[in-house]
Amino acid sequence: MSRLPPQPGERIDRQSVLRFTFDGKPVEAFEGDTIGSALFAAGRRTFSRSFKYHRRRGLLCCAGQCPNCIVAVDGAPGVRACVEPVKEGMRVEHLNAQPGLELDVMRATDLVGTRFTPPGFYYKTFIRPRRLWPLYEKVLRHAAGLGVLRKEQADREWRTEYRRRHADVLVVGGGIAGVAAAKQAAAQGADVVLVDEGQVEPVPGVEALGRATALGYFDGMVPVWQGDTLHQIRAPAHVFATGAIEQPLVFAGNDLPGVMLSGGALRLLERYAVSPGTRAVVVSTNDRGLEAAARLHDAGVTIAAVADLRASATEATRALQTRGIAVLQNHTIVAAEGGKQVTRATLGGVEGGNGAAVGGNRAAGAGGNGAGAAAGAEVSFECDLVVVSGGFAPATSLLSQAGARTAYDEARGHFVLADLPPNVFAAGEVAGHADPDAAARSGERAGRQAAGGSPEDAADQPIEQAPTAVPPPVAGQTHGKCFACLCEDVTAKDIKLSIDEGYDSIELSKRYTTVTMGPCQGRMCQLASIRLMAQETGQSLQTVGTTTARPPYISVPMGALAGRPFQPAKRSAIHDRHRELGANIKWAGDWRRAYDYGDPQQEALAVHEAAGLIDVSTLGKLLVRGSEAGEFLDRLYPNRFSDLKPGRIRYGVISSDAGRIVDDGTICRIDEDTYYVTTTSSGAGAVEEWFSWWLADWQMDVRLTDFTQGLAAVNLAGPKAREILGALTDLDCSAEAFKYLDAKHATVAGVPCLILRIGFVGEVGYEIHFAAAHGEHVWDALMQAGREHGIRPFGLEPQRILRLQKMHILVGQDTDSESTPFSAAMPWIVKLDKDADFIGRWALEHYAQEEPAARLVGFTLGDGYVPTEGAVIIDALGAPAGQVTSARFSPVLDRVIGMAWVPAPLARDGATVAISDQGRTVSAHIQTRPFYDPEGEVLRS
Amino acid sequence: MSFLLTCPNCGTREVTDFGFGGEISARPTARPSLRELGEYNYFRRNVAGVQREWWFHRSGCRAWFIAERDTVTNEVLLTELPRGPGSPESVA
Repeated sequence: MSRLPPQPGERIDRQSVLRFTFDGKPVEAFEGDTIGSALFAAGRRTFSRSFKYHRRRGLLCCAGQCPNCIVAVDGAPGVRACVEPVKEGMRVEHLNAQPGLELDVMRATDLVGTRFTPPGFYYKTFIRPRRLWPLYEKVLRHAAGLGVLRKEQADREWRTEYRRRHADVLVVGGGIAGVAAAKQAAAQGADVVLVDEGQVEPVPGVEALGRATALGYFDGMVPVWQGDTLHQIRAPAHVFATGAIEQPLVFAGNDLPGVMLSGGALRLLERYAVSPGTRAVVVSTNDRGLEAAARLHDAGVTIAAVADLRASATEATRALQTRGIAVLQNHTIVAAEGGKQVTRATLGGVEGGNGAAVGGNRAAGAGGNGAGAAAGAEVSFECDLVVVSGGFAPATSLLSQAGARTAYDEARGHFVLADLPPNVFAAGEVAGHADPDAAARSGERAGRQAAGGSPEDAADQPIEQAPTAVPPPVAGQTHGKCFACLCEDVTAKDIKLSIDEGYDSIELSKRYTTVTMGPCQGRMCQLASIRLMAQETGQSLQTVGTTTARPPYISVPMGALAGRPFQPAKRSAIHDRHRELGANIKWAGDWRRAYDYGDPQQEALAVHEAAGLIDVSTLGKLLVRGSEAGEFLDRLYPNRFSDLKPGRIRYGVISSDAGRIVDDGTICRIDEDTYYVTTTSSGAGAVEEWFSWWLADWQMDVRLTDFTQGLAAVNLAGPKAREILGALTDLDCSAEAFKYLDAKHATVAGVPCLILRIGFVGEVGYEIHFAAAHGEHVWDALMQAGREHGIRPFGLEPQRILRLQKMHILVGQDTDSESTPFSAAMPWIVKLDKDADFIGRWALEHYAQEEPAARLVGFTLGDGYVPTEGAVIIDALGAPAGQVTSARFSPVLDRVIGMAWVPAPLARDGATVAISDQGRTVSAHIQTRPFYDPEGEVLRS
Repeated sequence: MSFLLTCPNCGTREVTDFGFGGEISARPTARPSLRELGEYNYFRRNVAGVQREWWFHRSGCRAWFIAERDTVTNEVLLTELPRGPGSPESVA
């Protein structure tokens, strides 16, 4: 156990013990622990296996920056153990190792398979023989990866909500600078949101969101992921106080468990009172690494050696010397060795400060204090902890996404902000202000400017910190694998190879080696890979440049971006009745509809023989009203409505200005100024948008009201329909008084209704529209009145059979975006003799003159085979020449009927076409007139 | 794409509340040639810069309105209700 006595400022509550499991074994933690700190305290050093070589990986950053501790929690992969708080009873499991984390058979890739797995190996080693690729792919997929997604999860078990937040100022980063910026902006009256990946203290007057990660920057909108909420925060001004990211060093064995960044070691120590090791070698390029050595020493960790890449001592060096710790100047680490974790570190001298590490003689100075190690010599030390600090690179990713430019700073050895876009401000260490007071001042200034205050005070010059040495791109490459990228297992050698193979720009090398493309998103590897590229190509780092910063800033579950699993379902006012009647309910667009009630054939026959009742509440229903309503419809439809008499109905097809069929429906004139327009069920919303768009442009005296949801509608059809309706209304329903295509207002079963006598299904029919609240009442009354006549409810499927018998098209089923009224066999609907212009007129004038390539026709089949909708019409040579759009067995006709697009020369009665469907070819007979009641005598009776 | 639009009726909302109607193009007033008709139906100027365009407040008042937007920066310069036949946006 490595839990220390209480540390000042520790974040754990030692009175409150939590229990969770790791790979099934119980682990104890304190309230405030992360999964990572608790496991480390319990003695765990290996947290994951690497992506490609399955090498052991342990805690490195302890700040959620690196990929080393990614685990699955309660089955969900991709959780960073080092920042995820422990919750009682959570189930934590390792990823990407079989059969277990301690014994992983895929380790063979590292031990013997390395030469078969260079960058792009799946295009090299595993490409021949070609036919085996599917097998290779399966194996490789299994071997690599960062866990397995849950196969399924309970409906809505996990959901994210979107929250839209409009603020005056968004501050990203809750450190000294960020808090100062938020306070200052709020003091000036701005509405401020402050977000941070970790915990944030409440800031008065500011909405502070903790454990909330800003994922990216999209034109001023910043998505912030906080547990079950995705905040979409938009502000006209942004302050980024995103700090700096401590960089690892590239040396042989730099990925061994026990190699830790100085910040990571200190976080374990200070926040969770966990000792990161017992005997440490500290390697640094800067003061902070040395300061960490002093803190570790004070906490009881033996410091075996300290290497400082810089040539001269600083305050921090002297602080170590007063503790009796010698510092090797001009030294860095060339190798770490060990099995399950690091057991030995080898330090080497460096020529002339910022140069390359030198291999040189390998001195066997095991356990030696290293004093007097000459430049060029190597000294080894036993240890169980290697603390490294390769400098601090500004976390500019979000700023770059916002349009900031960076430039390479030779002295600091990393990229710094060079140019900020308007209303984007940087504060604190990301802007070069590492000193706490300077960071606070830069935050105040950024907050003031973001809140619209005048930038009267010029920016401070950054307070010069003790200098930082620039580490060599790689040290000790002869000793073993030196990882530039931990996420994707890319070594320094791999980057060199990619350049040798011609991928000599950083963006190409990135795509080829996948360096910077893993979960760390370049935090740990971008600078390292640029340095290697610069070294290998002889270019400056400025010339090599950075890869493009892209969202998301951290790996994020797709579910968090997708939002709530939410599929709206519309149900008619009569829906419950259909369920009670045992309807087979299916999706139809947004609607849940009765597809049939168990026997579509018998339901269709009932409509022919007695009566049927179908719920058609899903139809779009628009009221078009005003002195210019008739003229408005004349402009929208190719036929006329201004001459329609009140109380009469006319069919209409909406066409686009390209002459293509958009929708269809019936239009009824209620009175001089009022039309009632029905549309297809799926087209209701689009037609309303289309009408209101042209109305917005034409500004006519017309008002448009959408009654689609407010009105229910049923279609009562069949030879007994007249009698059934007559029993429920005082209206004279005789054939003479209520003719085909008449519309009448009447009371049905006590409910005021608009009754349209139309015939979509081909029998005498009444489409009854009424207030949705009376849906079940009217349905029940009609079913009751129809019982003695043999009424049956019928669903969508029998309706499709019935309408197909009449060759009534379904827009979108029988037509597509190419169909015109002429090719779809409805030339009579186009009135080119209208005086006024109408939508589609010019295109339709053209199509009226031109023979279409294909026409929509009916067909019959002899042998009872029902072709699939979409089956291909083939010509004499077997080439595709059209397709079947609808096909059904018609019980009343006792044969298979359908509609199809066929080449125009074949679109004549008596022609035959071949249909190729699912491996068989059948011969169909073309018919251009309706299959049932072609003269409409039944319909009109 | 992510920006705000100010509906003339409802106020400022996220762009995802709205439907895009495309750039405003003049509908031919006299009988066009087939080529002119094809260009009207299928071709867009697709300017990189300020464009007048149609928007529909789909999740709000369901009104169509006009916006002037810089297609490069997504800066919306103005929004207004259409002014009817004869106005610049009229496609009649």
